[in-house]
Amino acid sequence: MKVSVDADKCVAAGQCVLLAPEVFDQREEDGVVFLLDEAPGPDLHDGVRESAMVCPAAAIHLAES
Amino acid sequence: MNRVAIAGASVGGLAAAEALRKAGYTGAITLIGDEPRPPYDRPPLSKQLLSGQWAPDRLDLRPPADIDALGMELRLGVRATGLDLARRTVSLSEGADVPYDALVVATGVRARRLPGTEGMAGVHSLRTLPDALALKERLRPGRRLVIVGAGFVGAEVAATARELGVEVSLLESGPVPLAHAVGEEAGRFMTRLHLEHGVAVRTGAVVAEILRDGAETAGVRLADGTVLPADDVLVAIGSEPNTEWLTGSGLTVQNGLVCDEYCAAADGVYGVGDAARWHNRLFGTDMRIEHRTNAAEQGMAVARAILGDPRPFAPVPYFWSDQHGVKLQAYGHLRDHDEALVLDVDPEGRRLLVAYRKADRLVGVLAAGKPPKLLRAWRALIAAATEWTAALAITAV
Repeated sequence: MKVSVDADKCVAAGQCVLLAPEVFDQREEDGVVFLLDEAPGPDLHDGVRESAMVCPAAAIHLAES
Repeated sequence: MNRVAIAGASVGGLAAAEALRKAGYTGAITLIGDEPRPPYDRPPLSKQLLSGQWAPDRLDLRPPADIDALGMELRLGVRATGLDLARRTVSLSEGADVPYDALVVATGVRARRLPGTEGMAGVHSLRTLPDALALKERLRPGRRLVIVGAGFVGAEVAATARELGVEVSLLESGPVPLAHAVGEEAGRFMTRLHLEHGVAVRTGAVVAEILRDGAETAGVRLADGTVLPADDVLVAIGSEPNTEWLTGSGLTVQNGLVCDEYCAAADGVYGVGDAARWHNRLFGTDMRIEHRTNAAEQGMAVARAILGDPRPFAPVPYFWSDQHGVKLQAYGHLRDHDEALVLDVDPEGRRLLVAYRKADRLVGVLAAGKPPKLLRAWRALIAAATEWTAALAITAV
């Protein structure tokens, strides 16, 4: 799984950080998302998929092989 | 479980479909949506789309390939018109009835209109992409826009229109904009922000008439006789659930489809998103929420219930709003609070933190111009139904 985020779309809701804190974090000043892990292991996939589903800006994209 | 019908092809309906597939469901999914466009996002309509910063394609909720990969039967541009609970079928505005084993009602809301203004040139609503494109077309420097209703949609459009050089009047019928939703302090904070950015905010303003000049809109006359000349009028006075198609079905509709704490409205029928009223156990109350995040979370919860793993849907609601470069974020159930306690407000009016109490517990928090990460601790306290004084003591550290 390859994860990418669109920082320009991000609305800083932080839902992704709640669901997959190993993969996503937010910038201190404006809360915009950044990736901690672009290719998370299988044990993290569920949380990442949920993050992509609930992201209120549709700013998370997954490429699953 | 072999046939799932989803009425409503926006955030909630799409989330239900995605969660079903993610959980391994391989049966049929029929996704019915009254708009011809594949699922798109609405929050940017009043902001990036209206400002011209983003083209419509940027609003697609998923790339076309991701929608295809869900293997759904897409019925777009088609309305659900009726429901037969006994036969388990949904009737449509065109084509054969859709049979289902489980039905997801995610038909959302529509903008409420001022009576008698339907189809009037220069009188706008903002709910759909065509609405936003029509309004965008009209916003030019020096033009005059009157916005009826200073809720979040009205306020966001006011901010965007000011950026575009439009002269904006924002009308609120009550004494303080947004007070019913977020309390007077937060409402006053947002009002100051508007005034600073040149929005003419008028409170206690009740519209008596939309004035016409031939086929064009000429302005608005208020109940006190004041005339506000305008080239365009945006009516942003809230919304109404799209539930008429359920009338006579046997389901209970009362300002939304009434659901239990599992979001079930009847055997095999579930409500999702803006059109659903369900019992949120965390706050011990029924709620119907028009928030972007709730629709997605509820869609996922309903997918679990459909597949035989129902859990009470008891989220901490979340919403945000962007106005005049300030981000507003809120967690919890702010409506009906007993107290809104201002914990921080700066003299410049760029920063605000308010905590909300209902009875003896913390039920909500609202921040503006604060680092978003700060709110995570508050969210956790709300999710844990923390007692008020304890919550304030913890967050004061």
